[in-house]
Amino acid sequence: MQSVAKQETMALAGDQAVAYAVKQSDVDVVAAYPITPQTIIVEKFSEYVANGEVETEFVCVESEHSAMAASLAASATGARAFTATASAGLALMHEMLFVTSGCRAPVVMAVANRALSAPLNIHGDHSDSMAQRDSGWIQMYAENAQEAYDSVIQAFRIAENSGVLLPVMVGLDGFTLSHTLENVEALSDADIKAFVGIRKLPNVLTHEGKNTAFRLDPANPMTMGPIALQNYYFEFKRQQEEAMKNALDVIQQVNSGYAEVSGRSYGDGLVEAYCLEDAEVAAICLGSTAGTMKTVVDALRQDGVKAGLLRLRTFRPLPVEQIRSALANVKAVAVMDKSMSFGGNGGPVFHEVRHLLYDADKRPYVVNYIYGLGGRDTSPTELRSIYETLQGILQAGRVETPIHYLGLRE
Amino acid sequence: MTSQEKTWKEIAPAGVCSKSSTGFLTGDWKTYMPVRDPAKCTRCLQCVLFCPDGAILWHPEKGDISFDYNYCKGCGICANQCPTSAITMKLAQE
Repeated sequence: MQSVAKQETMALAGDQAVAYAVKQSDVDVVAAYPITPQTIIVEKFSEYVANGEVETEFVCVESEHSAMAASLAASATGARAFTATASAGLALMHEMLFVTSGCRAPVVMAVANRALSAPLNIHGDHSDSMAQRDSGWIQMYAENAQEAYDSVIQAFRIAENSGVLLPVMVGLDGFTLSHTLENVEALSDADIKAFVGIRKLPNVLTHEGKNTAFRLDPANPMTMGPIALQNYYFEFKRQQEEAMKNALDVIQQVNSGYAEVSGRSYGDGLVEAYCLEDAEVAAICLGSTAGTMKTVVDALRQDGVKAGLLRLRTFRPLPVEQIRSALANVKAVAVMDKSMSFGGNGGPVFHEVRHLLYDADKRPYVVNYIYGLGGRDTSPTELRSIYETLQGILQAGRVETPIHYLGLRE
Repeated sequence: MTSQEKTWKEIAPAGVCSKSSTGFLTGDWKTYMPVRDPAKCTRCLQCVLFCPDGAILWHPEKGDISFDYNYCKGCGICANQCPTSAITMKLAQE
């Protein structure tokens, strides 16, 4: 084990941890609009600006659509840009999310995951970011405040990698993480500054035939993303898919590079396996639920049940090979979704995991658990019942109910 | 698709323009084209100001205007603005 950098233990809620990470990451522009439960990120960061603790340009925009437009514009000039939002705010950004990924602008955004109206609900679930699944953004989900801090720092390195150049969304569960105080180990300003470095720009060929840095610069004019019709649009979309594939490697590299500095890593950066080596029954989940799940797995193991957990840290790009290999010996899998795809025969994570297992050498039984919508609490007892269901499936040798609603009054 | 068009591996990211916008002759989009009656035209230049494509040119040395049909998309704003109805929209022939 290498010696790691000196760190300071701070008591931070997830939102504060994100703001602190942004403060340390040498960000040039933050354009954001407050919305529960992301508000603390913006509030806290405004304080840093007001106190002169950062050199960041803070843009008070009039909406989230503008927040994303301003972040994209800043990023297109070669600046490092950050924003944060949640729920309806993310929904309002929808159009600009595609423009940002299409312009290959490496904006980093924290999403304090929250339910969508109606009925109005300010609490945590993944409906907001799952609805933006196909917007061309990398999506990562944090398990705790520590990881929210670490992931935001890593996100700049991932997004700005010249083989990636894609925006990154870091999800933290609304209230469960955003508003809950935890001990967070923070690296020094100097260590973070050295880790994120200065944004490097690849060269591109412009309409004037110049090979110049990929940014908007009056001295070297360039036009980004203006129009591409039937003859070229498709090619640009294919490039974005390639960038997502490249991100699979880059996320792993950044995860291990960060571990050398901080001593912390999150699985391979893409997925985190917990007690999976010899597991017969396993669940897959995103975000803070994994924390509770690990204690449930520990208890089941004590009772002699071969239970395991796979936490999907990165959802886009989907780590297909990593998931398939992590589940290679599992006999029954429960995929947990904190959002719904109405009329879609299960939730989005279920669709994707079951889909990738179709090509596995040994296909396990796969069931879906939809849970925690609108911030509904999910108890360890309920989580344990998932594993009991999986054991029942193995005993019966068939799946009776493929889609379950956990903690719902029937 | 012609063979001159590049593959996704050969083009710059983000739709960065490979040639100047003046290299795209968008005038071929038009269905109708503006035609001016010089006798009615007072050279007030309203059409020059309103043209969204900068496709109506003012020649101070001649004291007159001309249409650049390479870029005129035939929107008809000039005809609509012309205070003396000197511009009319005619079906564009090849």
